[in-house]
Amino acid sequence: MLGKLDWSAIPFDQPIPLVAGAVVLVAILGVLIWVVVKGHLPYLWHEWITSVDHKRIGVMYILLASVMLLRGGSDAIMMRIQQAVAYQSQGYLPPEHYNQIFSAHGTIMIFFVAMPFVIGLMNLVVPLQLGVRDVAFPTLNSVGFWLTATGALLVNLSLVIGEFARTGWLAFPPLSGLSYSPGVGVDYYAWSLQISGVGTLVAGINLVTTVLKLRTKGMNYLRMPMFCWTTLASNLLIVAAFPILTATLAMLLLDRYLGFHFFTNEAGGNVMMFMNLIWAWGHPEVYILVLPAFGIFSEVVSTFSGKALFGYRSMVLATMAICVISFMVWLHHFFTMGAGPDVNAIFGIASMIIAIPTGVKIYNWLFTMYGGRIRFATPMLWSVGFMVTFIIGGLTGVLVAVPPADFMLHNSMFLVAHFHNVIIGGVLFGAFAGFEYWFPKAFGFRLDERWGKAAFWFTFLGFYVTFMPLYIAGMLGMTRRLQHYDVAAWRPWMIVAVFGMAVLSIGVICQIVQLVVSIRNREALRDRTGDPWDGRSLEWATSSPPPVFNFAFHPDVRGEDAYWDMKIRAQQQSLEHEEPEYHDIEMPKNSPTGFVCAFFATIMGFALIWHIWWMVILGGIGAFATFVVFAWRDHDEYVIPAAEVAAIDRVNLEERRSLVSMAGAI
Amino acid sequence: MNLLDPQGPVAAANSTILVDSVFIMLVIVVPTIFAILAFAFWFRASNPRARYQPDFVYSGRVEMVVWAIPALTVILLGGVAWIGSHQLDPAAPVPGTGSPVRIQAVSLDWKWLFIYPDQRIATVNTLTVPAGAELNFQLTSSSVMNVFFIPQLGSMIYTMNGMVTRLNLRADNEGKLQGLSAHFSGDGFPDMMFDVNVISPLAFPDWVATTAKTDAVLNEESYTKLMQQGVEKNRLTFRLDDPRLFDLIATQHIPPGPGPELLSDAGRPHSGGHDAR
Repeated sequence: MLGKLDWSAIPFDQPIPLVAGAVVLVAILGVLIWVVVKGHLPYLWHEWITSVDHKRIGVMYILLASVMLLRGGSDAIMMRIQQAVAYQSQGYLPPEHYNQIFSAHGTIMIFFVAMPFVIGLMNLVVPLQLGVRDVAFPTLNSVGFWLTATGALLVNLSLVIGEFARTGWLAFPPLSGLSYSPGVGVDYYAWSLQISGVGTLVAGINLVTTVLKLRTKGMNYLRMPMFCWTTLASNLLIVAAFPILTATLAMLLLDRYLGFHFFTNEAGGNVMMFMNLIWAWGHPEVYILVLPAFGIFSEVVSTFSGKALFGYRSMVLATMAICVISFMVWLHHFFTMGAGPDVNAIFGIASMIIAIPTGVKIYNWLFTMYGGRIRFATPMLWSVGFMVTFIIGGLTGVLVAVPPADFMLHNSMFLVAHFHNVIIGGVLFGAFAGFEYWFPKAFGFRLDERWGKAAFWFTFLGFYVTFMPLYIAGMLGMTRRLQHYDVAAWRPWMIVAVFGMAVLSIGVICQIVQLVVSIRNREALRDRTGDPWDGRSLEWATSSPPPVFNFAFHPDVRGEDAYWDMKIRAQQQSLEHEEPEYHDIEMPKNSPTGFVCAFFATIMGFALIWHIWWMVILGGIGAFATFVVFAWRDHDEYVIPAAEVAAIDRVNLEERRSLVSMAGAI
Repeated sequence: MNLLDPQGPVAAANSTILVDSVFIMLVIVVPTIFAILAFAFWFRASNPRARYQPDFVYSGRVEMVVWAIPALTVILLGGVAWIGSHQLDPAAPVPGTGSPVRIQAVSLDWKWLFIYPDQRIATVNTLTVPAGAELNFQLTSSSVMNVFFIPQLGSMIYTMNGMVTRLNLRADNEGKLQGLSAHFSGDGFPDMMFDVNVISPLAFPDWVATTAKTDAVLNEESYTKLMQQGVEKNRLTFRLDDPRLFDLIATQHIPPGPGPELLSDAGRPHSGGHDAR
């Protein structure tokens, strides 16, 4: 009846996951009860859960990423403490638990923190920057988000029901095959990534189509803000790379469920093929994450320097170069597998070539600052912190792209330090910069600057104190994923790293405090102009938060930095007070399709993991039926009458006029 | 296990390339970091002496320089990578004094088996080699992937079931080194560290002779017992019964080692970790 599921799946003998799971469960139940008792449920359902508004979906993506960041961060803290205490002893985490933690940490941080964070920011900002009213496929967008949430839910479910993979975040066979991982851990891993992978793929298709097909009047490709370009590049990579991941995991699952032999030791299976396939997705994946971050830094550096981006066309070229070359370097992840010297050298050099456009980007940000009038608000701090940190990560990255150096550093703590250096220093700093920068746009009030700056400094310093010791441990021969060790020379560095982790955690706490303090002081921090940072692109041309239709009129773009031009023109031509003629606006209706579909996908995923076949069929039919119902819909748009549009827009224009006239007076 | 304290020619060459590459990059990285901090500081909004140039958004000369600097660095490093990859190919011979020593390494769950086919002996978790001689490794795995790595001797290489990888090393100084597996392989993975005794070439034949007197014999049967999942704390030694044992393992004539057994049907396997402790 319940497949492999019975009471022994609950780890009653392991207090840590059980207590953690119980705390989370109580918290979730508490929130749910509060929501129902206070009568917020209809509001949540109509305004958020069924919303197909790209801004709302973007916010939900970021919320998911933030919650998962806390989960992945707790894993990180547990690992650092384990490695600090497990010298000549077993530490406090037995191997079967420690191995799940590092696997879950990697999986969660990449798929359920970094991915939703950048996709959330792209969702929130790109349609606004393009001057359009929504993304290309609003309902699909909602489906994509909820499927990602399904993946995250399944990963966290493994904490209390069964186990998670103990194979590392890429689940290399044969270790992840049925013979060596007979438990449900790898199934949890694979099915949550399959389901959330579908979500990511539709998000990618949606955003590519949006950038290619929906741009306002005059928004040529070479007038798009840099963030739109990096969004395009990143989502092209998603569309090209995620099917590889899906296919690879599908083959692994066929091995595990139906006795196939793609990646087994026996019967002609080839484990090296898995390595090739997973990295053919995995390397583009890191650029999927970091390209949007590059876009965020471009916007932030240009805005806070009070200058247009230096070398815009060069930046576009660099972005697209990275997009293409990132597909040609995957083999550098396994130079030590015995490929010949020609192969190694060619892939080593190809990997280094990516450093050229990346270097160009750094220099162009540098020259954007040159001759600027730099305001050091929190987003700008994150950006300068990024530039310094990312260069160091780039250096160590090029170093491990030199095959003979990689022969010593492959899989070492040096490598661990390197990719945290670029992912924290690049993607996470970028996500935080974007969060601080666009928060006022999404909610209509700024975040507290003092707590924001404190968060930056603690995170920045904490990063260095945590990861510089790991570089040194790697140089001392320490390999990754060690549950315990006997080498005395490594220990001091592991202890320093724990202190770094503590500082880093204070940074995260500051960020939470910042959010709470800002929400409580929201009236004082209120931004009525819609343009709190003296911005340059179209998202600042509408109110904060923007009306559901974003723009009452499609803006007319006449150059790069569209909104900056408008502001200049408005000042020069004094102010026209003519009332424009408003029209009705059609907007897509809310739809529960995404939520219902993800509900059935969750059931199906859980049933697949536990071999509960009747439930698999139930979930599958449910998800399919949801699609069919949606496909046969008659009306999916509603009309906002011109009078309502006019009322909303007049308020916005009034605020903006006072701003422009103030600026004109100065 | 310091990578910058090499004990053989391969490690010495690897670490030289490593250090050189870092210095080549530091030449541009340090000035760039300095420029970022300097520009950010000088052009702060509160500095009245900084000149605001909002129209400085393109300069052909600057563009040329910013594309050229990383390109030139990469050309230089690309050369290092190309030459280094060829000279330090793990399969390339490393000439030494005396006749090369052939060693066949097998990664088991979770221990290392070193077979000396010419000496007809085998050891577990201890590798004894003569100083100065070419060490000629053939490597495979009994089950999952591992990476064979002696940090102070240089280059690491994967071990995979059903496949043979090759690695040539040389240890120049007598002493005790440590090796490890550099690819996660399951619950007993941290215990896959092994000792490397580098002894004088004169003492090596004596060590071989002593070891060959061991009672324990390594054949298909005792190998099958050894490859069961678990950690081996004792430094076992064997007489080698069949010098073709390694080939039997690598060609899967001896089937791959078994994984853990499920305690119940419920998803959580009997943990090899209990054996590991």
